[in-house]
Amino acid sequence: MTDIFALAADNLISPIVLSFALGLAAALARSDLSIPEAIAKAMSIYLLFAIGFKGGVSVSDHGVDLSLGTTILAGIVLSFAIPFVAFALLRLLSRIDRLNAAAVAGHYGSISIVTFVAATSVLQSKGIAAEGFMVAVAAAMEAPAILSALWLVSRGEAGGRMDAGLMREIMLNGSIVLLVGAFLIGWITGPEGLAEIDAFIVAPFKGVLCLFLLDMGLVAGRGMQKGRGALGIGAVVFGVTMPVIGGLLGLLAAVILGLSPGGAVLMMVLAASASYIAVPAAMRVALPEANPSIYLTLSLGVTFPFNLVLGIPLYMALAGMVIGG
Amino acid sequence: MQTHKAKRVEITIETIMENRLTKAMRDAGVTGYSVLPVRGGSGRSGTWTRAGQISRAEGMSQVVCIIRPERLDALLEAAFAVVETHIGVVCITDCEVLRAERF
Repeated sequence: MTDIFALAADNLISPIVLSFALGLAAALARSDLSIPEAIAKAMSIYLLFAIGFKGGVSVSDHGVDLSLGTTILAGIVLSFAIPFVAFALLRLLSRIDRLNAAAVAGHYGSISIVTFVAATSVLQSKGIAAEGFMVAVAAAMEAPAILSALWLVSRGEAGGRMDAGLMREIMLNGSIVLLVGAFLIGWITGPEGLAEIDAFIVAPFKGVLCLFLLDMGLVAGRGMQKGRGALGIGAVVFGVTMPVIGGLLGLLAAVILGLSPGGAVLMMVLAASASYIAVPAAMRVALPEANPSIYLTLSLGVTFPFNLVLGIPLYMALAGMVIGG
Repeated sequence: MQTHKAKRVEITIETIMENRLTKAMRDAGVTGYSVLPVRGGSGRSGTWTRAGQISRAEGMSQVVCIIRPERLDALLEAAFAVVETHIGVVCITDCEVLRAERF
């Protein structure tokens, strides 16, 4: 328990969490501080490319074995399964209707790549190694939850809500293409490729992440203000309980798969985090009747800050206790 | 100077639906339109701003087209099928154009 508090305290005064806190405070204080849309997108492209590339290099460096395939498969299974747990828990804890509960559940089965990037950065700063292929697992876990959410909604309905166009958009959404593409480039070019561009993708990484999290703090704070009233206390409790449940499911998978402590933390983070990029877009197309104030406020305004501030150190401590390292 | 009557249709819609809308318009024979970014606003679904948006889920776009009056119904039917369940506004105004053969 002391470890958890020490890790949490350490995490709280890290530049990335403080940058997020600055953005959050500025938004809640109604400051006019804002990051232009184009710059926010450019930073997200940079972070996705850097994290994907470095993951690919790590795989190239350490070689590939069966664990890559089994971990990706486990990630897909988790992404399919977690929405059902989230749906049942949210219905139990709140009065949110079936449609909105299913939309929320889809977000929790998918992943937050920013939380993943932040966790990777924390692990690196602690000198804890993780399997490079976890980037590929992150990409694989983006979409399956959307199918589970749509299934939860369309039970008993005539016709489905998924069409070929939406499926293509989900599978080929920009963040997945960039993450997987950069991973493959890193894998193909290996450490030599990294040496050529490391001045661009290694050294500035944390600084860009800080700025990006400043923006995420602003977006989360404004989301909290906008979504105030959309969530009851039960939904907020769900927003901090579900990541822990997801994290424990991720830990279980990591133990079964025999992942390293760092890999286990990342698997926990992936299972614990909730999407606010890919899934909200898919939900706006497939479930326009669902209220974005509910699912965006929960994933971005409750679960994302929870994971960033308390979740990551908690998952690190739990992985340390169960797996060691 | 000689002018010709036309209809200007402005459809403000969620960015995520933009491609579906423009495809429906092209399928209805409307091949000339402009897509404009919407910086922010406020409506029945609350306020929003484009600042900091990294997802397309919350952004809005405006599709503007000018067509001959006799093509209006086909366009509206195609557009309505897409925008019916989504956040947005469809606005039609009378206008005049100089070169009728272009519309």
